[in-house]
Amino acid sequence: MHNFSFNIKHVGLLALLGLPLLAMAETPEEKGLAIAIEADKRDTGWQSQTASLEMVLRNRHGQESKRNIRTKTLEVDGDGDKALSIFDSPRDIKGTAFLSYTHALVPDEQWLYLPALKRVKRISSNNKSGPFMGSEFSYEDLSSQEVEKYSYKYLRTEEIDGREAFVIERKPAYKYSGYTRLITWLDTEMYQPLKIEFYDRKKALLKTLTYSGYQQYEGQFWRPTNMSVVNHLTKKSTDLHWKDYRFKTGLTSRDFDRNSLKRAR
Amino acid sequence: MSESTLVIRYAQWITRHPWLVMLAAVLLVMGAASGGKNLAFKTDYRVFFSGDNPQLLAFEALEAMYTKNDNVMFVLAPKDGNAFSEETLEAIKTLTEKAWQTPYSIRVDSLANFQNTEAEGDDLLVRDLIDEEIELTDDNRKKIKRIALSEPLLLSRIISDRAHVTGVNVTVQLPGEKITEVPEIVAFARTLAAEIEAQYPQIDIYLSGMVFMNNAFAEASQSDMKTLVLISFAVMLITLGLMIRGFSGTFTTLLVIIGSIVTAMGIGGYLGFPITPPSASTPTIVLTMAIANCVHILVTMLHEMRMGRDKKSAIVESLRINMQPVFLASITTSLGFLSMNFSDVPPFQHLGNMVAIGVVASFFLSVTFLPAMMSVLPVRVRRVENDESHLMHRVGDFVVKQRQKLIWGMTILAIVLIASIPRNEMNDIFVHYFDETVQFRTDADFMAENLTGLYLIDYSLDSGESGGISNPEYLREVSAFADWYREQPETIHVNSITDIMKRLNKNMHGDEQSWYKLPDERDLAAQYLLLYEMSLPYGLDLNNQINVEKSATRFTVTLQTLSTNDLLALDKRASDWLEKNTTQLSGKEGSGVSMMFAHIGKRNIISMLVGTALALVGISLILIFALRSVKIGLLSLIPNLIPAAMGFGLWGLLVGEVGLSLSIVAGMTLGIVVDDTVHFLSKYLRARREKGLDPEEAVRYAFRNVGMALLTTSVVLVAGFMVLSLSSFELNAGMGLLTAIVITFALLADFLLLPPILMLFDKKKTNKQSIIKEPGHA
Repeated sequence: MHNFSFNIKHVGLLALLGLPLLAMAETPEEKGLAIAIEADKRDTGWQSQTASLEMVLRNRHGQESKRNIRTKTLEVDGDGDKALSIFDSPRDIKGTAFLSYTHALVPDEQWLYLPALKRVKRISSNNKSGPFMGSEFSYEDLSSQEVEKYSYKYLRTEEIDGREAFVIERKPAYKYSGYTRLITWLDTEMYQPLKIEFYDRKKALLKTLTYSGYQQYEGQFWRPTNMSVVNHLTKKSTDLHWKDYRFKTGLTSRDFDRNSLKRAR
Repeated sequence: MSESTLVIRYAQWITRHPWLVMLAAVLLVMGAASGGKNLAFKTDYRVFFSGDNPQLLAFEALEAMYTKNDNVMFVLAPKDGNAFSEETLEAIKTLTEKAWQTPYSIRVDSLANFQNTEAEGDDLLVRDLIDEEIELTDDNRKKIKRIALSEPLLLSRIISDRAHVTGVNVTVQLPGEKITEVPEIVAFARTLAAEIEAQYPQIDIYLSGMVFMNNAFAEASQSDMKTLVLISFAVMLITLGLMIRGFSGTFTTLLVIIGSIVTAMGIGGYLGFPITPPSASTPTIVLTMAIANCVHILVTMLHEMRMGRDKKSAIVESLRINMQPVFLASITTSLGFLSMNFSDVPPFQHLGNMVAIGVVASFFLSVTFLPAMMSVLPVRVRRVENDESHLMHRVGDFVVKQRQKLIWGMTILAIVLIASIPRNEMNDIFVHYFDETVQFRTDADFMAENLTGLYLIDYSLDSGESGGISNPEYLREVSAFADWYREQPETIHVNSITDIMKRLNKNMHGDEQSWYKLPDERDLAAQYLLLYEMSLPYGLDLNNQINVEKSATRFTVTLQTLSTNDLLALDKRASDWLEKNTTQLSGKEGSGVSMMFAHIGKRNIISMLVGTALALVGISLILIFALRSVKIGLLSLIPNLIPAAMGFGLWGLLVGEVGLSLSIVAGMTLGIVVDDTVHFLSKYLRARREKGLDPEEAVRYAFRNVGMALLTTSVVLVAGFMVLSLSSFELNAGMGLLTAIVITFALLADFLLLPPILMLFDKKKTNKQSIIKEPGHA
């Protein structure tokens, strides 16, 4: 949702979509892609972003556990975003910082600074599908949503919770994704997701993510206040409460390199 | 109007309106039978535990804190005995990939997707052990083997120590909404296994795990329903043919039996009872009980006809004579089965209730449908002058003459057997609930012998504070506990978070073996975990071992197949060790399926003691009331109680182990054996009170009049319960065999012990007063 990469493929597709005749004979796949591209375009230009979030984990008994994280994100042209997460609580991981360079189709680059070890460790792994800090969010749910990460198919337009939404099916292009498909309800005004259903490797509904409390920043960028995901198999759930969104904060790529990890507080 | 004339009028009415009675009976039976549509085969071992069972609650709490661990285990046995050959590794990869398609799966663990961590400078490499990009060269295969065999998470769980058998374990989360969930998984797993075997013919696949055990319950029920019911119908036809010797009687009895069975099952269906192996034996038991009722009525009727009566008046006379004893026998038998409601094991409650319903139905059908149909069907008998049994004459004489020797002999036999009761040990091996004809049993045995166990004990080791699992003290104690468990001879595998901690610490220090130890600082441990969790893929996370608060971890021990006693003893040793050696941990009780089954035997015995005692009181009161004599009623306790005691004594000598199902036998048989006593005593009392005979002659009279009927019904009962002993489900087989033994002893006690006791204690003057309403003739 954060940026748009002008690679050859997409320029070509845009050109095609620009042709009115073809646009009229649009296939569901073309329409889905066009909506994804539009969503991406509308969310371009924020340059950098900071925010804090509280994560509330619940098991099927409703027992809770909380974590607090601050995030910094840098918009990158032509590739996935760079993101830095700083963990404030629980106490024993305070100061741990996680840096990632998102890529669409190859493994992300990931580093973690462990204050107790006073070292930066690079994590070399294909995996993006594991749980983020033990939550029901996987790392791939929270990383930036590049257009190339999925193939698209427009299904229908319907009302959900009083808002009109495009319903779009997405299939991950990344081989090691934990999902086979995602059904997204994308608000037709904000071009932001209202709800996502995730289907696991056996094509069964695994979890549902709902977004709420959208606010517009800088007169352009919509961000949710709450994100809530429920795992239908384990009945565990996780809520994210976002606050203090700031944009165009002046962060540069120097704030997102290995050395910056140790400095991040 | 006396009771007797009421019965006569009733019987006459029935013989006058046979078609109406038959139609009404058929309609009622069909109405009840329509409940059969609600019956379903239950495929969940949890059905054996009542909702308030403490071990079930503990285990459910543990599962709620982590995840449910129901699983399917594919056990791969390469014919060349090498799990690390190129072909086998390929097969593991293929199977692992496809196993993700298992319905309701949330996790797949195998050598292929084991998340191996390695250090490379300051990089932490996290990769599948058999990664797609790794070529399976000799060197790489050696490396994979070296890692697998030195990894505590894998050794003896996923790979055997001899490296000859390996497993692919699929964890499933059953929503528990549909009855088809387990069969669906089983069908998928079997198809997949067959596919892999076809693709890799050098590999044999065995299927085990909790899902397959659950399924075995249903398969055992189904096979019992099919084969045992057929066998018992065959046994029934033979017995009836011998005793009734006529098409009409046999055919009518067959209809009464079918009517009783479908009524029992149908009402069971309306009551929401599931079919489980214990309740699947309902048809066989109802059949056995229903025969007894029909035989009593038919035998008297045929006897009267041979003595010269016409058919209709023979039917009326038979009902007059039998109405009360058949009613009494049905009531006491039902009471005995209803005592199973005190069992802590719901399937036994279902069995008891359904059989009780069936027995009551068979009573009603044998006094309505049976006489109605017999009055319509043709019956031919040969007339005789004296239809009494010569055999029973001789038995009666023998008992009277040898009464001194018999009372001593029987007393000594009873004492010897009763003294052997303590030889019985409370012992169950729940895998052995299924005999070797059940595929699950052989596959589980193969897995236990070659790879890993089916018995798990789970501990939720709680640090008592949020994030406390990173506390070095906590980790040290958990690790020491793991070390202790690994020294126990019963242990196959221990799964503890501390092994992951040690490996990560080593990885963080350039894979130095000397760093294979627990981190010293709390923050460091917490940050390792964070790092590790960040790097894991979907389904292979630690949420199944660490709770959300990070205050507790799941500690799982895999054990050899153990008996109840050994398991409870080991658990005791473990909690004693925890008590003595740890200060940080709470949650010292082991839990899990094995522990639940280990506790349920004892719990069931205790709850059944109450049920059996109540049944005994109820049945004794009925006897005292029916026999109108407190003294005789109390004397009757001897032949009622001694058979079960002798049966358990003989069991102690022959087998020595009682399991879950045997604890219900005492209450259940009480209701059955009491029938013999009632019939014998009522004839004896009739001779004493009405005919004024002395005790010796009264005993002879009783033998002549009811001896043969008792012998034949006992034979039917023993045959019926021996059919149950053929069940592939050990609980049913044991119950059937012991019940057959108890019924045999009951006949012995009624023939050889009760009469001498009566002759010893009933020395009062012979008189003709206090004419009682005769409760039986049989």
